[in-house]
Amino acid sequence: MIKEHNLNRVVVASCTPRTHEPLFQNTIKEAGLNPYLFEMANIRDQCSWIHMHEIDGATKKAKDLVRMAVAKARLLEPLENLTIDVDQQALVIGGGATGMVAALELAKQGMKVHLVEREIELGGNMRKLHYLTSGEDPSKLAEALSKEVNSNSNIKVHMQTSVKSIDGYVGNFKTTLDNGERVEHGVVILAVGGQEYKPKGEYLYGVNPNVLTLLEFKEKLKKDEIDGDSYVFIQCVGSREEGYPNCSRVCCTGTMTAAIKIKKKSPDAKVFVLFRDIRTYGFREAYYKEAADSGVTFVRFEDDVRPIVRGTENKLGVAVTDEDTGKEITLTADYLILASGTRPYAESEALAPMLKVPMTKEGFFLEAHMKLRPVDFATEGVYLAGLSHGPKFLEESIGQGLAAVSRAMTILSKKTLEAEGIVANLDETLCDGCGICVPTCEYKALEIIIDKKDEKKKLVDVNVGLCKGCGACVGACPSGALTQKGFRDEQIVAMIDAALESTTEEQEVRQ
Amino acid sequence: MSSTAPDEISESNVGDESFEPKIIVFCCNWCSYAGADLAGVSRLQMPPHFRVIRVMCSARVDPEFVLRAFQKGADGVLVAGCHPADCHYIGGNYRTRRRIALLRILLQQFGFDPGRLKLEWISAGEGEKFQKTIIEFTNTVNELGPSPIRGGD
Repeated sequence: MIKEHNLNRVVVASCTPRTHEPLFQNTIKEAGLNPYLFEMANIRDQCSWIHMHEIDGATKKAKDLVRMAVAKARLLEPLENLTIDVDQQALVIGGGATGMVAALELAKQGMKVHLVEREIELGGNMRKLHYLTSGEDPSKLAEALSKEVNSNSNIKVHMQTSVKSIDGYVGNFKTTLDNGERVEHGVVILAVGGQEYKPKGEYLYGVNPNVLTLLEFKEKLKKDEIDGDSYVFIQCVGSREEGYPNCSRVCCTGTMTAAIKIKKKSPDAKVFVLFRDIRTYGFREAYYKEAADSGVTFVRFEDDVRPIVRGTENKLGVAVTDEDTGKEITLTADYLILASGTRPYAESEALAPMLKVPMTKEGFFLEAHMKLRPVDFATEGVYLAGLSHGPKFLEESIGQGLAAVSRAMTILSKKTLEAEGIVANLDETLCDGCGICVPTCEYKALEIIIDKKDEKKKLVDVNVGLCKGCGACVGACPSGALTQKGFRDEQIVAMIDAALESTTEEQEVRQ
Repeated sequence: MSSTAPDEISESNVGDESFEPKIIVFCCNWCSYAGADLAGVSRLQMPPHFRVIRVMCSARVDPEFVLRAFQKGADGVLVAGCHPADCHYIGGNYRTRRRIALLRILLQQFGFDPGRLKLEWISAGEGEKFQKTIIEFTNTVNELGPSPIRGGD
């Protein structure tokens, strides 16, 4: 159609540009048109879907939205993307399972990798896991992976090190580590991990030595340090609570493997699992069934009637009100195991502002889009994987780590990169170097310089490599010298005028 | 005036039953525009008298745009950005906050009720807040009636 009618602008009135603009832009690019000669009118998400019962009002609005988009489209101009050089090295933060797998995969694809790990050994949580439902021992795999990472010549491992600051932008990051070392890299993979929540006194944790978290218990089970004939598990400790409303995803399955293991070792042992809901999702349901079949008793309690734990020297007493019968059951136990949730590290919070990436209220990193960009951030060149993104199983973390690598490779595999077209632009004839714009730039992309053509004249210099295209400086510029490509004053004013066209006509009628 | 049925969101809108407010909403690309999209995806219903103009950051909203909108007959202008400390461009929204505060004073001097200009923080996850903001602001503008430019006060 573009070719047939020799079109020079395209307006699509449909859904939201946030998800579909790049798609249409690529299409018109393939048809030989500059991708910036495109505008969208969002008449679905922001019109038909939110005014379902106001047909006339919504239709009128949709027409206005199209008129606004057309008004802007008339003033669109082709933009050229700038090219930036890419430093073909990666920084992977976190040397747990996710980080190691990501580093190795990048290295296998020929990239140089800096792997930063704060602890004295690589492996993270993987070292604390001793059996998967599949029967493998992750702690052994962690050791093997760690050796592989350390012996790979493409990977430089920075042990007992944290990131102090990160500057730069996609393709050209400059990071300072807390030992003073500086590394340069083109992308960042965040794999800082998460940790098992340590209960703060709930259910006598920390008071009675036989109250353990799931990971602590499994460690002892592995080392054969567990001796008893009665066990009580409590699920969702520190998850699905105020402040941490999310399910921690892995603890139910973890409980099943532990309970099955106990039952295999001593079939007569009494094992109770006290829960609010069980989430052994997917094929993990088989382990729930296996646990139930092997004689593990499941007791459901209501959210607001929590079990009460009393401790004596040798035995623990757990009182729980069974939701089905409404009766209180008193259990005695040698061990009380708390299936506690997954929490982020405080380190995440320090990294978020450095990389300008968002977090959830709970402190996990938040991806750019759950479905469309699941391992990306809005900040280009930064990717996420593993537990710092949210609770997940080892294989899910690894899968996500590999996904992050493939996204990172879309940058690293190229020597140069096309930069964002929507950047600040200066009309030198209008700029008098007042400098009002300089402090409005969060990216330090603006600098007052001496005009090369006239030594008496000052000018602002826009570093387009650093510019993120927010337009804050454009909004501040008093002389109209700064413009934002793709969002020029005239373009936005044309949209305002088009939106109010009917009002203006009405005024004219009145006059 | 158009043949569209008067909306019934504001019960206090007794003065001019046929008044159909015109509201311009500036949304930043990353938070508020996404919040508006989420309202759509969640099918949250709200009055249809507003028109959204997308900018990359609320700090791109040149005071001139707001004045232009009022000059062209807008009855209300809403500027929506990311929550404080949550701006995609780190601190653009703080600049917006200052500009809007100043603009309010300016509008008053021009004889506009400063309530016709509103600043709100709406995150990408707050579809409901977008809905609430639009309903409340539409009510406010309804109560204020047509802008002085459109013959109101």
